Amino acid sequence: MPTQKKSLKISMHPLIPFFIIFAVLPYIPFLGEYLSLWIEVMIWVIFAISFNILLGYTGLPSFGQGAFFGIGAYGAAITFLRLVKGVWIPIIVGIIVATAAAAFVGLFVCRKRGIYFALITIAFSQMFFFIAFRWDEVTGGETGLSGIDRLSIGIPRLFSIDLAPLLNYYYFVFVFLVICTLLIWRIVHSPFGRVLRAIKENEVRAKYAGYNTSLYKWVAFMISGIFAGAAGALYTLLINSAFSFVLHWTQSGDVVMMTILGGGLVNFFGPAVGAVIFITLRDMLSAYLRQWLLVYGLIFTLVVLFMRGGILGIFSKRRR
Amino acid sequence: MVILKTQNLTKRFGGLTAVNRVTLEIEKGKITSIIGPNGAGKTTFFNLLTGFYKPDEGRIFFKDEDITPLPVHKIIRRGISRSFQVLQLFENFTVMENVWIGVQAAKGYGKELFSSSELQDVREKTEEMIKKIGLSDKMNTLIKYLSHGERRMIDVIISLTSNPELLLLDEPMAGLASEERVRMSNFIKNLSENLTIIVVEHDMDVVFSISDKIAVMHQGELIAVGSPEEIRQNEQVQQAYLGEAR
Repeated sequence: MPTQKKSLKISMHPLIPFFIIFAVLPYIPFLGEYLSLWIEVMIWVIFAISFNILLGYTGLPSFGQGAFFGIGAYGAAITFLRLVKGVWIPIIVGIIVATAAAAFVGLFVCRKRGIYFALITIAFSQMFFFIAFRWDEVTGGETGLSGIDRLSIGIPRLFSIDLAPLLNYYYFVFVFLVICTLLIWRIVHSPFGRVLRAIKENEVRAKYAGYNTSLYKWVAFMISGIFAGAAGALYTLLINSAFSFVLHWTQSGDVVMMTILGGGLVNFFGPAVGAVIFITLRDMLSAYLRQWLLVYGLIFTLVVLFMRGGILGIFSKRRR
Repeated sequence: MVILKTQNLTKRFGGLTAVNRVTLEIEKGKITSIIGPNGAGKTTFFNLLTGFYKPDEGRIFFKDEDITPLPVHKIIRRGISRSFQVLQLFENFTVMENVWIGVQAAKGYGKELFSSSELQDVREKTEEMIKKIGLSDKMNTLIKYLSHGERRMIDVIISLTSNPELLLLDEPMAGLASEERVRMSNFIKNLSENLTIIVVEHDMDVVFSISDKIAVMHQGELIAVGSPEEIRQNEQVQQAYLGEAR
């Protein structure tokens, strides 16, 4: 009976162990010491899982997704330095600006697919990169923006949490991770998400079923931009600065690679696994080996060649 | 009563005129077959009627409304639907999910699109439609593991999910075994009790047995329209098409 199956599933919701791992991570001996690393991992997990709405679920190869991460980062930084010294407002503005940018770019790409889609997203992300790189007065140009401090959050006279200590900021980002992951889970497993998967399978047929597929693709692109913007804003607060590298095309490439490596094409958590591997390899391996990217590239090549479906592909016979 | 009307419909691909000034009226509740040799423009004609291609000239009227400029999904919602000669299915979906997508589209959801619970009414309708074609036991099988005949049936069923008034069937018999052909042609005849059907088909036995009216295309042009009997007698048709088959 399908109903029985369902209740079994709920009792062991896959998001629960996922959240528990990140909740206890700072208290695990040895590993817990690398707080700033894990914060960055969580930020990339948000970014990669949301990117996978496009790549894994809708089949849209956005190769310029770093743009929205970067715009979120700059949006938060500029707001902090010029408008409001705070935590929430810069983050919210970062998200809004990134979403608006995604909505704008989405207008140009939502009728495209495949290589044309990929090329246009790359073109836009390069455009944003050069704007950030050249527009000294606003973005700080080559040097970027710095001095974005993590202040306190809370309710005046009731309580306040200082985000400057890394442990506090870790749990602040963790809350974002939980909220974002829950929302994305909900989106991809909703009737809307089913249409996205149908578009990936056969866009012509989806159109003929009566869906305005361009509209669905546009909305998916914008949703993905929301979370990329959030990740970018959190990143600005982590490194207390924003510089043009966050908009560099390699950011977009990294998120594509980690999504495929981890198994985003077959599993919701694939991008998360890829993000963990990428960031930890980068930080730990690079201490011993300057050519660490060579190792990473080799792993990536082997996975793509011999493990179709990525690392999590081993565990799932059927998709998702 | 005329449900669909085309006026001087023309589509060119570079130097090739795939559909050339086709003016045709389709009567409501009837089965009209379009026949013609390969490359006569039949599938292109379907693509024009459903908005997949835009005509270079001419207009299309559905229930007296000009639908020429509308995109595919709007034409589907107005009540035209089609099946495909080359099957268009969601290959990594189950039978259930394939039909589900169509049923969900027809319901036209708003905020329920993001609900976490299953849409119960969609499930019921989907199960009912699959039952109709006798595939209930394969509900959760991936569609790619079904036989060709079953897959073709699903292709037709998906095109019925939008509750069309006019259904375009593009070679529904292609690749079917003889007993499946009988089943499919009975299925089409049953369908025609409630809706208008245009069939593109190469199987002349089927065409002449199910059609109320036959239109013959040749090199993009409509060369004859009439009852099966009239078409059988038509010399031009015999030369262009039937002659070479016999």
